[in-house]
Amino acid sequence: MLSPLMAITVQDIGITVSLVFILLGLAWLAWRSFSGKEVDRRIIFLFIFFSVAMPVIFKISFKFKATPIVNALYEKIESLPNNSTVLISYDFDPAMAPEVQPMADALSRHCLSRDIKIVYMCLFPTGQGQLEQTFSTVVRNEFPEKQDGIDFVNLGYKAGGEGVLNVIVTDFEKMFPTDVNSVPYSEIPIFDNIKSCKNLDLIISIGGGRPGIKEWVLFVGDPGNIPMAAGVAAVVAPQLYPYYPNQILGLLGGVKGAAEYENRLRDSDPKFADMPTPATTMMGPQTLAHIVVMSFIIIGNILFFRNRKRGEIS
Amino acid sequence: MELFGIWVAALLTLGIFSFLYKDNPVYKICESIFIGVSAGYWAIANFFDALHKKFWVGVFPTDGSDPNYMLWFGALLGVLMLLRLSSKIGWIARWPLAFIVGATAGLYMMLYFVSNAMNQVASTMRDVIVTSPETHLIMWGETIGSILIVIGVVSGLVYFFFSKEHKGVFGYTARVGIWFLMITFGAHFGYTVMSRMSLLIGRIDFLFRDWLHLLN
Repeated sequence: MLSPLMAITVQDIGITVSLVFILLGLAWLAWRSFSGKEVDRRIIFLFIFFSVAMPVIFKISFKFKATPIVNALYEKIESLPNNSTVLISYDFDPAMAPEVQPMADALSRHCLSRDIKIVYMCLFPTGQGQLEQTFSTVVRNEFPEKQDGIDFVNLGYKAGGEGVLNVIVTDFEKMFPTDVNSVPYSEIPIFDNIKSCKNLDLIISIGGGRPGIKEWVLFVGDPGNIPMAAGVAAVVAPQLYPYYPNQILGLLGGVKGAAEYENRLRDSDPKFADMPTPATTMMGPQTLAHIVVMSFIIIGNILFFRNRKRGEIS
Repeated sequence: MELFGIWVAALLTLGIFSFLYKDNPVYKICESIFIGVSAGYWAIANFFDALHKKFWVGVFPTDGSDPNYMLWFGALLGVLMLLRLSSKIGWIARWPLAFIVGATAGLYMMLYFVSNAMNQVASTMRDVIVTSPETHLIMWGETIGSILIVIGVVSGLVYFFFSKEHKGVFGYTARVGIWFLMITFGAHFGYTVMSRMSLLIGRIDFLFRDWLHLLN
C-alpha cells in the first residue's frame, strides 16, 4: 500500500506551486495597492502570463458538467438515426481556432462514430485550412474506414457569404457544382437524396465572425425551418443566447462550451475515453486566469470605494 | 521546413508580445509583416475565389455549360467602383455603391424582420408560470427564468423610452432596466476575457509544445 506522500504526483505539486504563486502574487499586489503604491502594468502582464503558463506546464485541468444549452446539441446528435446527414460549416480563421477547432473536432468525432454523414463547407477561405486539420486529426486518423463522398464530403470554400446561403437553402448544386476534389455533384453518393439545405437533418455553424451563425439563421434556418446549432468564439456567445432554443437548438460558447461537449462525449461511451480533449486542457489555465482577473476587479473596487469614502475621488 | 516555420512563428509571437513591455522596432516589424501578409493573402484569395472561380469560369466555362452573361453586369459594376480613384469621374463609383446598398437592404429587410424581430418577440411571449406536463406541478426553475425574462424585457424597453421623463414608477422601472443592462455587459466582458485568454493559452501552448518541446 502506498503511503499518502508517495501518492503525490508531479501534477499535484504543480497545482500547489501554481496556487501558492498566484495567492502570494495577489497578496503582494493587494498590499502594494492598499499602501498607495503604483503597480506597473507590466507586472500585471507578467502575473497574467505566469497564471496561464503554469497550469499549461503542469497540465492542470478540471471536469465540467454539460450545461443544458450544450447538452441539447449532444442529445440532438444522439437522437439522429444512422445515415442522417449533418452539415458542418467552418466559418472561422486561425485566429479563432484555439477556441472553436476543438468543438469542430469533437462534433465531427461524435457524428462519424454514430454513422451520421457529414457535409463540410466553409464561408471563410481560411476555413479550408482548419477543415484540413479536422481531416488529418479526426476523420482520416480515427475513422479510416469512412469513405469520401459516401460518409463525408468536403465542398470547400465558396465566395459570396450571405449570397451562398441564399442559394443553397433551395439548391445546393447551383452553388456547389463539384466538391473540393472536382467530383461532380451528381456523382457524389451522399447527395443522392439531398437537393438543398432543407433535406439536411441538422446544420452546425462553427465560427464567430461574419458570415456566421446569425447569417445561417437568417438565410437558412428560419426561412427553411431547418434545425440549426452553433459553436462560436466566446466573444459572440452572449449575442446568441436570445436565439436559443427556438432558432438554434444548442450552442457551444467558447472554450468552456467545447470542454463541456468533450466531457459529455467522453463520459457517454468508453470508446471516447482516450480521445484528445484540447478544450478541457485549456480550461485549467482559463480558470486560474479568470480567478486572477476577478481578484483584480475586487481589489480595484475595494480601493475605489475606500478612496471615495476618504474623499479622494468625487 | 516545418522547423523553420515553427521558429518564424515563435519569433513573431515573441515580437508581438514585446509590445507589452513597450513600443519598439521589433514589434513594428512584426506588425508590418502581419499586415503585409494579410493583405497579400486576401488579395490572392479574392482573385482566385471571386475573379477566377466565379467570374472567369462562369463567363468562359470549360465544362460545356452555357456562359452566364449576367456576370458581365457584376464585372462592370466592379470596374465602375474603381473609378473613385479618379478625382474627375470618381462620382460614378456611387452607382455600384447604390446598387450594393439597395440589394443588401432588400435582401436583409424581410429576413431580418422575421428572424431578429418577430421570432425573438415570439420567444419572449411565453407562459410566466411553467408547469410540468406530466404532474402539472409548478417548475420553479423555469418559472423564475420566465419571470426574469418578462421583467428584463419590459424594464429594458422602458429604459430606452426617452419621450417621458424617467421619474416615479417609470424611473424605478428604468433603473431596473439599467441593472439588467449592466449584468448583460458583465456577461459580455466575462466572455470576452475568456475569448482573449483562449488566444493567449493557444500561443503559450504553441511556444511550450511546438517550439521549446517542454510539453508532450
